[in-house]
Amino acid sequence: MDTFLQQLINGLVLGSVYALVALGYTMVYGILELINFAHGEVTMIGAMVALSVIGALVGAHVDLPGIAIVLVGVLAAIPACMLLGFTIERVAYRPLRNAPRLAPLITAIGVSILLQNLAMVIWGRQYISFPPILPRTTYHLGGATLSALQIFIFVLSLVLMAGLIVLVQKTKLGRAMRATAQSPQVAGLMGVNINSVISLTFIIGSALAAVAGVMVSAYYGIAHYYMGFLLGLKAFTAAVLGGIGNLGGAMLGGLLLGVIESMGAGYIGDITGGFMGSNYQDVFAFFVLILVLVFRPSGLLGERVGERA
Amino acid sequence: MNLRLTHKPLPGLLLIGVALAVAPFVVQAGLGIYWVRILDLALLYMMLALGLNIVVGYAGLLDLGYIAFYAVGAYVYALLASPQFGLHLPFWLVLPAGAAIAAAFGVLLGAPTLRLRGDYLAIVTLGFGEIIRIFINNLDRPVNITNGPQGINLIDPISIGGLSLAQPQVLIPGLSSAHAYYYFFLALTLLAIFICIRLQDSRIGRAWAAIREDETAAEAMGINTRNLKLLAFAMGATFGGLSGGLFASFQGFVSPESFNLMESIMILCMIVLGGMGHIPGVLLGAFLLTILPEALRYIGDFQRAAFGHVIVDPSDLRMLLFGLSLVLMMIFRPAGLWPSTQRRRELGQGGEQVPGLYDEQR
Repeated sequence: MDTFLQQLINGLVLGSVYALVALGYTMVYGILELINFAHGEVTMIGAMVALSVIGALVGAHVDLPGIAIVLVGVLAAIPACMLLGFTIERVAYRPLRNAPRLAPLITAIGVSILLQNLAMVIWGRQYISFPPILPRTTYHLGGATLSALQIFIFVLSLVLMAGLIVLVQKTKLGRAMRATAQSPQVAGLMGVNINSVISLTFIIGSALAAVAGVMVSAYYGIAHYYMGFLLGLKAFTAAVLGGIGNLGGAMLGGLLLGVIESMGAGYIGDITGGFMGSNYQDVFAFFVLILVLVFRPSGLLGERVGERA
Repeated sequence: MNLRLTHKPLPGLLLIGVALAVAPFVVQAGLGIYWVRILDLALLYMMLALGLNIVVGYAGLLDLGYIAFYAVGAYVYALLASPQFGLHLPFWLVLPAGAAIAAAFGVLLGAPTLRLRGDYLAIVTLGFGEIIRIFINNLDRPVNITNGPQGINLIDPISIGGLSLAQPQVLIPGLSSAHAYYYFFLALTLLAIFICIRLQDSRIGRAWAAIREDETAAEAMGINTRNLKLLAFAMGATFGGLSGGLFASFQGFVSPESFNLMESIMILCMIVLGGMGHIPGVLLGAFLLTILPEALRYIGDFQRAAFGHVIVDPSDLRMLLFGLSLVLMMIFRPAGLWPSTQRRRELGQGGEQVPGLYDEQR
């Protein structure tokens, strides 16, 4: 029971980060039907920028509490990622709007490789460690341990997601986004400036990715130029699990994937009689994904798209 | 471009034949033996790309886990012809076995995913590829099958009638291993091209094209979409398994490292960049993307020549420029470098009629 609760907590925290990144995938997909492969890399750049700022502040012995320093780092990472997301869309995707479907996928992969190696040139190949400036308070909850950082990550993710839902459901921009997702052509006729809506979608997604990047690096204590790849892959899996193009689906998929993964890591040894260890945790996640899609081909919350006539 | 051989003037064909035959010697004289090995790899990737082209280009099923079949083929070869289990079966047994097992995996992947479309299929195939890789990486415990992350070493080279392709100079003086493999791979690549051309024009090929363009309409026309999609997966996987076996014997060493997601993506890039569904385009894409990262190794020399010293480590810059060139090539040639005439015509029309983004049918 203790393991169960502990893995549930770990899974929910990790899952909330997946959900934040997955939202970026799903928003772009909802509007452009494009798998933005470079989104994981945006997350990585966010973590790297934040860590550079945090490292510089810590190195200069600035007399600020740890949380404030991290906050400054996040505030530096957000605009950097927004600019990056905007630029990626402008340079790599917009010229290809009328191109065959797979062409933007290749530019997305190209941008992803480009950013990864750019980060490697700038920040080097080594792991960058997160300075130990955050309070390490832990709480005990029915046999499980819960750190202040975990609570903070989880709560902040929920707040950001709630904010995004309000933005999409209640504001004028959100209405324009939903209209563009339904039919860009008609939305354009109704006076929606599609280009700026698409740009803003990328910007918002990238801002969420920046926050998620800092969270991941703070949680694991390290950042690396390659970290965006696996994170992006997991987040995309989460988005598909929930039903790609669906905001609620991305959140559900993210949380679920996080829980499945940590449960898998915690129990897979017992289930298989010690044959498989926690190194099979990714297999578990993908296996559940395949299983879900076999029974619900458009994801958990995805709309059943009618066959095209 | 029509690849039907009867339409080709004979002199042109002869010229291509001579060029292909002398290519490794010219390359060796100009660039060194290392580049002959790169040529071998390019041929290997051409076979792989032709296989994926069946799945993605012909049948329109986006497969992001194609490298899994390559891995299966490579590991079947490695396990049956290496000291790992002490088995040393001949290649004409092991290669077909690898291809057949890969095809079985293709059906295994295809069967549960038949209902999925587009990007859902992409992510499932991606997951499948990762699952295979993780299993290969971890199947060294509790029973050592794949030797885990260390990989399998000392794999038998292909040997034809007593002529080992690793040491052909024993029988034919002056012929190096890279050359021997070149001719062997070239023969198989030509066979693969022939099979692909025949497939494309066959009843099956036309049925695939129909499924790709509109699955519902194809089904209404009486095409058994389920079997044909499975066949596409199995065919593609066969090519992958075969190339995998060749790769294992060529390298003499396999490890899970060689079969990561990036490799799958690379092969997809080859066919999209070259011109999807169009055999010459696919071959060109495979050739370019094999050569390009190698050619970019020379940027260190270039920097030294231009600035007198190396400013940025070339190995860092190499993949950066590679990513950049992918983006640029796609922006300037979105249909691929060498698309089929049919596809070019479709795109030309599409541009004049409706902008694609706003086209619900896209």
